[in-house]
Amino acid sequence: MKKIEKLEMVEISKYFHTTRANYKVSFSIESGEILGLLGENGAGKTTLMNILYSLIQSDEGEIRINGETVRLHSPKDAIQRGIGMVHQHFMLIQNHTVAENIALGFEEAPFFFPAGHVAKKIEEFSRIYGLKVNTQEKIWQLSAGEQQRVEIVKALIRGVDLLILDEPTSVLTPQESKELFSILRRMAGNGHSIIFISHKLEEILSICDRVLVLRRGEIVGASSVQSTDKRKLARMMVGRDIIFDFEKEHIERGPLILEVKELIVPGDRTERAVKGVSFKVYKNEIFGIAGVSGNGQRELIEVITGLRRASGGSILINGKDITNASARLVSDQGISHVPEERIKFGIVPNLFIYENTVLKRHHNKRFSKMLFLNYQTIKSHAESIVKDFQVTAPSINTPIKNLSGGNIQKLILGREITGEPTLLVAAHPTYGLDVGATEYIRRQLLERRGKGIAVLLISEDLEEIFELCDRIAVMFEGEIMGILPTQEANIEDIGLMMAGSRK
Amino acid sequence: MKLRIRIDHRIDASPSLQVTVLLFSLLAGLFTVGMVFAASRVNPFLALWKIFSGSFGSLYGIKETITKAIPLILIGSGLALAFRARFWNIGAESQLLMGAICATWIGLNWGPRLPGPIIIPAMFLAGFLGGALWAMFPALLKVKFGINEVISTLMLNYVAAELLTLLIVGPWKGVTQQGFPYTDDFPASATLPLLYGSRIHYTTLIIAVFACVLLFMLIYSTKFGYELRVIGENIEAARYAGIDFMRNTVIMMLISGGMAGIAGVGEVAGIHHHLTYPQAISSGYGFTAIIVAWLAKLNPIAAIASGLFFAGILVGGDAIQISLGLPAATVQVFNGILLFFLIMGDFFLNNRVILSLERKE
Ligand SMILES: Nc1ncnc2c1ncn2[C@@H]1O[C@H](COP(=O)(O)OP(=O)(O)OP(=O)(O)O)[C@@H](O)[C@H]1O
Ligand SMILES: [Mg+2]
Repeated sequence: MKKIEKLEMVEISKYFHTTRANYKVSFSIESGEILGLLGENGAGKTTLMNILYSLIQSDEGEIRINGETVRLHSPKDAIQRGIGMVHQHFMLIQNHTVAENIALGFEEAPFFFPAGHVAKKIEEFSRIYGLKVNTQEKIWQLSAGEQQRVEIVKALIRGVDLLILDEPTSVLTPQESKELFSILRRMAGNGHSIIFISHKLEEILSICDRVLVLRRGEIVGASSVQSTDKRKLARMMVGRDIIFDFEKEHIERGPLILEVKELIVPGDRTERAVKGVSFKVYKNEIFGIAGVSGNGQRELIEVITGLRRASGGSILINGKDITNASARLVSDQGISHVPEERIKFGIVPNLFIYENTVLKRHHNKRFSKMLFLNYQTIKSHAESIVKDFQVTAPSINTPIKNLSGGNIQKLILGREITGEPTLLVAAHPTYGLDVGATEYIRRQLLERRGKGIAVLLISEDLEEIFELCDRIAVMFEGEIMGILPTQEANIEDIGLMMAGSRK
Repeated sequence: MKLRIRIDHRIDASPSLQVTVLLFSLLAGLFTVGMVFAASRVNPFLALWKIFSGSFGSLYGIKETITKAIPLILIGSGLALAFRARFWNIGAESQLLMGAICATWIGLNWGPRLPGPIIIPAMFLAGFLGGALWAMFPALLKVKFGINEVISTLMLNYVAAELLTLLIVGPWKGVTQQGFPYTDDFPASATLPLLYGSRIHYTTLIIAVFACVLLFMLIYSTKFGYELRVIGENIEAARYAGIDFMRNTVIMMLISGGMAGIAGVGEVAGIHHHLTYPQAISSGYGFTAIIVAWLAKLNPIAAIASGLFFAGILVGGDAIQISLGLPAATVQVFNGILLFFLIMGDFFLNNRVILSLERKE
């Protein structure tokens, strides 16, 4: 089949019942081009790309390849025609190995023992491009960042002409993102086209040739990256100026809230994912744990929040020992948790938005009377989260799975922050949020810190860590390499510590 | 030329599509059933008409349909609860039998000494507990040892049937039954009153309808129902939310099994008035109720309607056995085909299937 020289989407519109997700969107992309797609949470980026990938069908409009109108009925058609997509949420089969996942639906794979054959190809392939994946591991054993790498390899190995990446870098480290970018540039150099969705404006500016901005389903701006900058893009996206760096006022930290002592935690793959970690978090403090994902952060927060058992050490909250307590007990102690994998843990996709806003707290007096749930207060609670955190949703009576990725994240954050916790454990809180929402959440976190909560922040985003945290710990291979007050830390040192040097 | 079939995940099924798919599955199921009739040289329209007229077309038919709907509604709504939590209880048949056994024990031992208003509630209570405790085993096996409930509930069906047979040929065999393997008849105080001129034991019917409403409220307005739905929809989120999987599963199965147990009480105290062969007490109600729950989309109140629908098929099936000389298994074929199409309908709701002809290049 002929290579894609030029692809056009013409006058694409898509409605979900009453929600207008896309309206008369037209654009084109040529081979060798990297096109950035920007827009607020819920602007319709994923929907538009799902239409191109034929996961859903548009209500109006058409797709043209090399000037010819094509009808693609399914992702399989799209892949065959040279269009590949890496989704915002991972679409991997949890109980299969990396190799099996990549072999699945891969036409070149032989009928018998497909995974074995493919494993060799993958290893060769990931060596060339420097994307590290272990083909024999099961998906459920992988961190979010690692799963993302598998998705990217999976699309790349099918040799597509046009690759769609829906927020691929949200969970990658700066180093991994750099590696991805060099792969993308190499692909573009070879005549591939790439559509790149990201909320990180620097990334768009550094990697893309052109950028499109979507707002409420419509294209509101298009420009080459040379003739634009961060502020202009942000303004186009949200229609107001965004303050990119805001001052963090100094607050004296309060009494001790969380104490972790010599904690040892078994991992899914290893006997010890966390190897004797100790630290303290105080009231009025944001304590950050930086590090490449997969270095024990997930296991650490799962133990603190009661989802995993420690094999040694202890955890104290307000002096009370909660080592290996149940998740319910931990949450009743005032610990809330924004999980790393929001779709997998944080929500129940088929339940309504309002039902999801009381996950964990439905048994509180406020939301229930005796055996019954108090739907009136639950609904007004949901309304207020949706309003305060600017969640774009048709109504609170919608299954939460219909929300866009960023809006789901806003809802989870809203739920966990408004619970008035004593300790908020947040993994990648602004992952997938647009610039406006990111600004809002960071402000919220600082504001709550002022009001006296303690925050344990896990992030790979050093900018976020430096902007928010009072102290920064760096985790590497299950150990803490050092804890520094933010004023005494600099990006280079932290970067080195993330790679394993001690301070 | 080559025919290509492709299957894609559908992520935007609208409510109207859901209704269309449901109706279409029923129609396609009936069509296939019609083909089966045609294959056995029976005019399918005549057969379907006879089924309909046999069940809903006469006063007698309607009375029989309601009688058979009673256990189906009870069990079907209980199964709806279990299936909501993604617990595949295939053992309602045995839970019904255990309910019947427990009620019989009360009826025979205490019936002669106590008046109806005391003995009847006691029998229902005992039947509920019998079904509930029997259902608790597979629940415990699952939460404690991770044993698959499909296997354990299915196997317990045989255990309960053998246990019952053992009782009626052995220790409980009635002295007044002239050698038949039945227990003695219950005393009058331990039998349920019937609606005049029918076999409708209305006490059980009232309990069934009442229970459906309660179960509906349980699922949608209580903390327990909320937790069950979270468990069923996303077990990881349930863990994250600190929901007690063990406690909820056990309580849920106590209720689900208890509902089947009540159905067993109705059958022995309302219809047979003694304990008899397992096959006579329940003509596969525990299995038919699976389809009842499924057609009701796991909604206990809708289970009332779908229970009546499948009771109609059972009664109509009996009618065509006699009038058209079809084998007794016809009804099972009928039900099997309908379940098959209902489940397939769900598949089409969640997936888009595209057929296309492709020229070889
Ligand atoms: N299956 C669906 N049913 C109903 N509404 C939907 C569905 N999918 C998306 N929507 C709505 O369409 C709009 C666009 O969603 P989309 O996922 O495309 O946003 P997005 O730009 O990718 O946002 P984000 O940055 O948060 O990922 C949202 O308002 C969303 O609620
Ligand atoms: Mg999106």
